[in-house]
Amino acid sequence: MSFSRATRAVLLVCTGLVLLFVYAPLALVVLNSFNTSRTFEWPPPGYTTKWWSSALENPGARDAIVVSVEVALVATAVALVLGTMAALALQRFRFFGRDTVSLLIILPIALPGVVTGIALANAFLTMFGIELGFFSLVVSHATFCIVTVFNNAIARLRRLGGNLEEASMDLGAGTFRTFWSVTLPMMRSALLAGALLSFALSFDEIIVTTFTAGTGIQTLPIWIYQNLFRPNQAPVVNVVAAALIVLSVIPIWLSQKLAGADESVAAAR
Amino acid sequence: MSTPAVELVDVTKSFGPVTAVDHVDLRIENGEFFSMLGPSGSGKTTVLRMIAGFEQVTSGRVMLAGSDVTDRAPFARDVNTVFQDYALFPHMDVLANVEYGLRVKKVPKAQRRERAMAALESVQLGPYAARRPTQLSGGQRQRVALARALVNRPTVLLLDEPLGALDLKLRREMQLELKQLQREVGITFVFVTHDQEEALTMSDRIAVFRDGRVEQVATPAELYENPATAFVAGFVGTSNLLTGQAARTVIGREGTFSIRPEKVHLDSEVEAGFTSVRGTVTDVVYLGSVNHYVVELDAGPTLTVLRQNLHGGTDQALGRRGQDVTVGWADEHVIDLSGRAPEHQHPEHDQHDQEEKS
Repeated sequence: MSFSRATRAVLLVCTGLVLLFVYAPLALVVLNSFNTSRTFEWPPPGYTTKWWSSALENPGARDAIVVSVEVALVATAVALVLGTMAALALQRFRFFGRDTVSLLIILPIALPGVVTGIALANAFLTMFGIELGFFSLVVSHATFCIVTVFNNAIARLRRLGGNLEEASMDLGAGTFRTFWSVTLPMMRSALLAGALLSFALSFDEIIVTTFTAGTGIQTLPIWIYQNLFRPNQAPVVNVVAAALIVLSVIPIWLSQKLAGADESVAAAR
Repeated sequence: MSTPAVELVDVTKSFGPVTAVDHVDLRIENGEFFSMLGPSGSGKTTVLRMIAGFEQVTSGRVMLAGSDVTDRAPFARDVNTVFQDYALFPHMDVLANVEYGLRVKKVPKAQRRERAMAALESVQLGPYAARRPTQLSGGQRQRVALARALVNRPTVLLLDEPLGALDLKLRREMQLELKQLQREVGITFVFVTHDQEEALTMSDRIAVFRDGRVEQVATPAELYENPATAFVAGFVGTSNLLTGQAARTVIGREGTFSIRPEKVHLDSEVEAGFTSVRGTVTDVVYLGSVNHYVVELDAGPTLTVLRQNLHGGTDQALGRRGQDVTVGWADEHVIDLSGRAPEHQHPEHDQHDQEEKS
């Protein structure tokens, strides 16, 4: 498509405004992490790296990061196994109630976090008699992490069709061998994309976490939330936020690269 | 007679209320190039998939080299398939694709490499072993699929419209190559196609499918010269079919008759053993080596006449439009289709299109 010079200028300005709107506040967070003023005066009276070093030494922040990473990793691992299995079952077999099951798997991502959180906390405490803690937190996160893995996996399976699996069996490979040598490699990039998204979802989840983490452990978003309004901690919180912004570039960049890999899979069909 | 490579005994396949394959019996001999020909939805691909084991028969038995494989999974049957869309593994290079079957069967590495390379050489793709399937042309992918299946030395090779995606010229080349390859390896080929010309070119015998049933099994020449039913006459080559009133006025008898367009003469002399009738040329199609005339007989029916372009050119041929002519044919070239296997109708099958299920 070709545009006139004026149209192009307007589009450029609009794009610029949108990007500015999204990224200026984020840039401010990063900038403020170097601001010498405790109350984030504008313009900054001076620049310092002391908040960064005190953040590194802050045990609360460090523990919270470790907990968040652990929870996200375990929840993602659970979601990968269960989500893939559910997708395979729903895509490869026809059975009564198949569409309903599919809907039920996807539903948790749409349910309000408050509802999920209260429901899960109740179930854990009263029905199963399980203390709230790491285990309950992982299980709760897995309920919505499964959705991203499942969606990615089933979309890939749908696009693949059953032809490659038939070819594998035709060449003498049994069900397990076929899954290992053909199905899984063909799903790899979709599963990775789903896993990244699932990790990100779990990592910044706050509502369900509030209800199901109990009092013993603290994830990073909860730590940030609790320290945000303490004047002493504000600069440290800001540093943690800035670090997260920089870190979140990595999964996005990775998933974009994977999307490129997806296109080459599509081209092979 | 020796044990057939493939034998289907009274095989039926239903998908819900639809009968895709309806009581089919087939006997495919060892080392034969056997084609299953029919329009889409006629059940030929379903039959192939039942031989491969991808579909379970609803009733009947499938025998491979004398043993009953009806209840065996695809990986436990000594057949290999060349798929319509080739189904090459995109995450493996060409060599790994060809080696796959041998690797699964735990053939030692050195040996499987040697056999895979030999198979690739036999389809002239030796230099492409390290490529990915995406880096190959359609014709090359087709050859890889062939090598991947043949390297396992199956009892029977199943081919599901393998040339369907190729352009006409490449298709013709591959037809001859496939036929030659089959003679060299001596493996039984079961070839599915909807292209009657392709079937006639390559096959030792052809089964013509219609609505899930086999209309006729015969050699190409027999099929063409002596079709068993009006459907076969119409599907294999073109035919002038005369029935009812048309048969009475032109042939002078009750029944169903077929006359091949190339057997009809224009401007024929009246002679013994010859039938001549008068008509008008209503249309002429110039096809280069032949001309295609549509002649409306004075008695009513319309005949298609195919004449070689031995004399004269375009102008002369096209100039015949509107002319009154006498057309004629030797009586021995009238194929009497009456009293043969009656036509059966399964209109519901037309809805079901197994071939286009992908």
